Amino acid sequence: MKYFGLKVHEAHKLIKDREISSEQLTKSIMDRIEDVEGIVHGYVTVTKEYALKKAREMDKKIAEGEEPGPLSGIPCAIKDNICTKDILTTCSSKILKNFKPPYSATVYQKLEEQGCIMIGKTNMDEFAMGSSTENSGFFTTRNPWDPARVPGGSSGGSSAVVAADEALFALGSDTGGSIRQPASFCGVVGFKPTYGRVSRYGLIAFASSLDQIGPITKDVRDCALILNAICGHDPMDSTSVSADVPDFTRFVDKDIKGIKLGVPKEYYTMQIDDSVKKETGEAVTNLANIGAEKVELEMPYTAYALPAYYLINPAEASSNLARYDGIRYGFTYEDAENLLEAYKKTRSSGFGPEVKRRIMLGTYALSSGYYEDYYLKAQKVRSLIARDFDQAFKNCDVIVTPTAPTVSFRTGEKIDDPLMMYLNDIFTVPVSMAGLPAVSIPCGFVNGLPVGLQIIGKPFDEGTIIKVASAFERMLALDKVKPLFGSYVRGGA
Amino acid sequence: MSYEVVIGLEVHVELLTKSKIFCSCPTSFGDEPNTNVCPVCLGLPGVLPVINKRAVEFAILSGLALNCKVNPRSKFDRKNYFYPDLPKAYQISQYDMPVAEDGYLNIKVNGETKCIGITRVHLEEDAGKLIHAENGDYSLIDYNRTGVPLVEIVSEPDLRSHEEARVFLENLKRILQYTQVSDCKMEEGSLRCDANISVRLKGKKELGTKTELKNMNSFKAVQKGLEYEIKRQIDSLEKGERISQETLRWDEGRGLTVSMRSKEQAHDYRYFPDPDLMPLEVQQEWVEKLKGLLPEMPLQKKERYITQYGLPEYDAEVLTFSMDMADFFEDCVKEYPEPKVVSNWVMGELMGFLNAERIDITETKVTPLNLAKLLHLIDKGTISGKIGKTVFEEMFKSGEDPEAIVEEKGLLQISDTKELEKIVDEVIKINPGPVEDLKSGKKKAMGFLVGQVMKQTKGKANPQIVNKILRNRLK
Ligand SMILES: [Zn+2]
Repeated sequence: MKYFGLKVHEAHKLIKDREISSEQLTKSIMDRIEDVEGIVHGYVTVTKEYALKKAREMDKKIAEGEEPGPLSGIPCAIKDNICTKDILTTCSSKILKNFKPPYSATVYQKLEEQGCIMIGKTNMDEFAMGSSTENSGFFTTRNPWDPARVPGGSSGGSSAVVAADEALFALGSDTGGSIRQPASFCGVVGFKPTYGRVSRYGLIAFASSLDQIGPITKDVRDCALILNAICGHDPMDSTSVSADVPDFTRFVDKDIKGIKLGVPKEYYTMQIDDSVKKETGEAVTNLANIGAEKVELEMPYTAYALPAYYLINPAEASSNLARYDGIRYGFTYEDAENLLEAYKKTRSSGFGPEVKRRIMLGTYALSSGYYEDYYLKAQKVRSLIARDFDQAFKNCDVIVTPTAPTVSFRTGEKIDDPLMMYLNDIFTVPVSMAGLPAVSIPCGFVNGLPVGLQIIGKPFDEGTIIKVASAFERMLALDKVKPLFGSYVRGGA
Repeated sequence: MSYEVVIGLEVHVELLTKSKIFCSCPTSFGDEPNTNVCPVCLGLPGVLPVINKRAVEFAILSGLALNCKVNPRSKFDRKNYFYPDLPKAYQISQYDMPVAEDGYLNIKVNGETKCIGITRVHLEEDAGKLIHAENGDYSLIDYNRTGVPLVEIVSEPDLRSHEEARVFLENLKRILQYTQVSDCKMEEGSLRCDANISVRLKGKKELGTKTELKNMNSFKAVQKGLEYEIKRQIDSLEKGERISQETLRWDEGRGLTVSMRSKEQAHDYRYFPDPDLMPLEVQQEWVEKLKGLLPEMPLQKKERYITQYGLPEYDAEVLTFSMDMADFFEDCVKEYPEPKVVSNWVMGELMGFLNAERIDITETKVTPLNLAKLLHLIDKGTISGKIGKTVFEEMFKSGEDPEAIVEEKGLLQISDTKELEKIVDEVIKINPGPVEDLKSGKKKAMGFLVGQVMKQTKGKANPQIVNKILRNRLK
């Protein structure tokens, strides 16, 4: 039987009713991986034996009478920058190609405790720096909708494996759009929670003040279920917040009459594909048709978000990545004459070009004499962006924008032009800079490729985002549209 | 020409918290290398720091003890530099918003009190320890010390001689020990001192070019290093040379300072706020509560000993050197209210044995109560002062009660006149010379004869009675 196409809540129902076992489900996923992974290349590591063992353990517990929770026995994929004890965690970097952490990230511990079955670690842009997985130190993941195209990034592996039914859901991480943009490219739901909502303990740091873990799922209800599982304060992360975590599934399938939908004009006048603009414009109209109220907004600092982001993010990265010297863990350059050469060769052959670019940019931005002009000024811009959002949210409940300015592009198309690549994040970065929650959900297709709609919420108001996203999803039923690798069919499941 | 010396000190002190500053590993010293470590202090990918509240408390206490203003808000910054003993390649420190700033410490040099400004007190984490192989082939790293909490205390450039610097450092050490935030053991590295040194012509306003001197690992090294560097700078100026701004290392073996790096080679630490830690908010009530926990400081205690107990300044200084010593003294005075007598015994006998055995006052078996008992025994004439010292030695060795020792060893003073008369007669008989001397008025001979009696009785004879008998016999 083919169970791999199930959503989390559907699979849960079957497990709960003892109609399928976790082992059957996991095996089905393994078969699916066997069939399509040769095209998708979403996984860096597949933990087959580990997963089957865990699945059997779960089945035994259920057979012994344990009531399965919503995630019991559910196979999932984890982005390869989230530490999993004794299991390779590479950040898709050569420098960590052999790194097996001695501890697990808090999010993974939580999923494990709730009975999730990890089936593998997903490919990404090296250290989460990129928007296409082309910066992976190992290989490029393909977009299930068109293998000649990229899945987006940096959580490209996580998005692609969910879109290709190689996992029921995945965890990704988002620094400037790394969950939302690939979710948009792959036609799945990708949620970046409020900064501080989910513990970062065990997430290999890229830009610490921006990084946030979130779910990538096949629909909004699943997204709510995973948020329920991973949100909450963690004593191991000083930046995690002890705000109440509601049951997010309560916001699914609710009426959105009277919800005020902010539409900032800046997001529709920047460099954006006409067809993407058209699809997202229609999405807003559709939402208005089911009772939401459209509010025009002005957010004048939007255009400064990207330049400021590209100072803060490399600055923090340059510091976070300084520890990789090949001595205590990870890749070591073996043939060095002396210690200094070992350091230099380890780092110059262990890191890829984009990582090196950011380390250099960041080191420069923090240097004495430049700090005030670059890093400090960028932080001031960041406050102004946050203020833009504060102002905007006085007049609306959520803000709706395109997730990315284009649909998925061809592999190799932008890789030689970092600035073009950076522009992918133009709509997602301001949200990250303000630390706000946002989701990307499929809202249409352009030439057979998914388009994502970004719904941004107030701090810690993930609930309202889910409410709007769920209503939208119910209306278009795009969650039922699946890729057939190179073409797509509407309505076929 | 006459020069003025300008010195400012930067002192690093390890705090006596049980666990490290950002994880729960123990801070104990001298354990098997790399046993007190975890993913957090090893800086493994993905870990995050969580501040130890106790370390903040100790930093605030240090600030308060040095009369600083405690900042209601301070923050942590990353100091980025690459070194094998620093696993994250940055040290979490405080750059522009320290826990406490703007304090002072009074020191007394040559009878004069001088106020030395304290610029700041900030919190940071310690690095690991490199152990170099003797053949130079490899180095090993012990990360046990990584993440041990430190406070860095920076003084104003108010010190005018190496002597003032030494006294400042000693006072600082004593204050921090009193406050119980650190054991300040320079030899174990829990107190480390760097100095900024410059000289200028007397009367000049602007400062001379300074050098930074590192690697002074003992109080003696601080004294010698500063002395050397001051002389070196003055000699250079005398020769018409310019001082170059650089960082120097004190070479203890060769007794000179060696250049480590020039101003041009100075590190750019690329400080920026650590995004992993929230700013430190310190409530005023907390500060007030901690203020209440501060003990009487050494200088105040010393003044009190002079006025309350009528002790000479020297005694007061020595007794207040450590709080444990001072407590011992005061506990003893409570039971035997003759402060000067107690002081003599503590400073003479007790400290003598402590120094000989190289142990600390906290490790001695002698209790203040037992010392008081001993002094009472002497007063009552149960034993002589001389025997008292023997008893004390035994007390020091065994920790036993002095009364028990006297009894057990038969050290009771001989006050029996008949018994003593016999001994005195014996002494007179075998010492005709001194007896004649005494009779012809040479008073010195008296001491000799009493001494002979004491010798015969192994010091147990009551000297007053012996004197009386001798005077009667030789009238
Ligand atoms: Zn530790």
